[in-house]
Amino acid sequence: MFPREFEYVAPSSLDEALGTLASNPGAKVMSGGMSLIPLMKLRLFSPELVVDIARIDGLDAIEDRGDHIAIGALVRHEETAASPLVQEHAAALASAAAWTGDRQVRARGTTCGAMAHADIAADQPAAALALGATMVAASSGGTREIAAADFFVDTLTSALETNEILTEVRIPKSSASAYDKLGRRGGHTDYAVAGAAASVAMSGGTVSSAGIALTGVGTKPTLAAGSVEAIVGTDGGADAIAGAVARATEGVTVLEDLYGSAEYKAHLAGVYVGRALEQAIAASH
Amino acid sequence: MVLGTNLRFFRHIGVVEARFQLGLNFLMKGEPHMQVSMTVNGQAVSGDVAPRTLLVHYLREDLRLTGTHVGCETSYCGACTVIVDGKAVKSCTMLTAQAEGAEITTIEGLAENGDLHPVQEGFWERHGLQCGFCTPGMILSAVTLLEENADPSEDEIRLGIEGNLCRCTGYHNIVKAIEYAGAKLRGEEPAPAEWEVKA
Repeated sequence: MFPREFEYVAPSSLDEALGTLASNPGAKVMSGGMSLIPLMKLRLFSPELVVDIARIDGLDAIEDRGDHIAIGALVRHEETAASPLVQEHAAALASAAAWTGDRQVRARGTTCGAMAHADIAADQPAAALALGATMVAASSGGTREIAAADFFVDTLTSALETNEILTEVRIPKSSASAYDKLGRRGGHTDYAVAGAAASVAMSGGTVSSAGIALTGVGTKPTLAAGSVEAIVGTDGGADAIAGAVARATEGVTVLEDLYGSAEYKAHLAGVYVGRALEQAIAASH
Repeated sequence: MVLGTNLRFFRHIGVVEARFQLGLNFLMKGEPHMQVSMTVNGQAVSGDVAPRTLLVHYLREDLRLTGTHVGCETSYCGACTVIVDGKAVKSCTMLTAQAEGAEITTIEGLAENGDLHPVQEGFWERHGLQCGFCTPGMILSAVTLLEENADPSEDEIRLGIEGNLCRCTGYHNIVKAIEYAGAKLRGEEPAPAEWEVKA
């Protein structure tokens, strides 16, 4: 298998890449290619022009920006997973990156690429949602910020326009977050059959705020608003977590797929909301 | 992908060598091509490829390095694994153009002066293969795994080869082969083979 014919450019500057995108509506941005190339090989997607951003300088850093961490467009999954900064302040994202794809995929695929690809069962988008991340999209007209909650629009569809590049993901620092999943090949390997990320803030023994997100259960990585409502204001104990588990798929369209029935997926969503919450709350103590 | 016929008979009789090759290069002949250059197994190489030429096809069909296998072609199986700039990657999910300027090691480049690399030796000594189809990718994955973690536990080895599927062995002897290679690379004496211990 190989893709349909396309043109390829590898600009060396962001401005050049953005200019190319602006004048070529049929162009597609590629960073690692771990999601795009398989789609192109299956001919589910056939762009006229591939703009490879891998040779642009200055997009490969993970930076401490005080109240948040910024992950550049070319930061690979394995770098996000191994970063002490991400592990300390965004543990959910570090786990999600460590369990993305397999070793070879993590060596080339990028965290921002996983966000932009917006797979229904991807790990890192759920972590970004739970952590309240902000996506920074650049175009030749300037940059705009998109809240993670508004970024994942539908299956394989993000809020990015065709002339935009996701240049960085900003993750507000959280000392208490976790991600857990059931991988399609068991354990944590492969895409999630279902998974959940949770981030909590505790004050005076009470959960003062929380972010909880699901992946693998519906048409897109999505927030679990019912679980958040259930856990905020509680002591974060076993009963409170059970309450959040019970409301894991409230308002979420759960769909059957090759890996399980809707009923099974809804059950798993609860299981992993429970596990992610337990780990996040434990980390807050 | 390649339908090749070597009419060696004609060379044998001193007339001509005719070679017909109906591969991807033939298919993509009319498309715009681009110049690429990289280092493969220590040798500088360059060529003209269509942008949609995958690295595995360039290695196999242009460079004739057919030790890199095409398996699932969906980036699951890892049979096409090669080492690019020190990292094991799936060459069926990489454009040749993306490898511009890269240093690539394929299975053909592992042995030095005829001596097997310790990981290759491990696969031989511990019977780490049956049909052999996954073996080149498995070995290259293991080489980078041992570079990153010189003394991996069994669990770490099993996780380290999660991107390489084997349909014959059940992985048992592959894990033993990598343990053997790890010991060799650390300058230790590998543990005896299970069949030697049980005898």
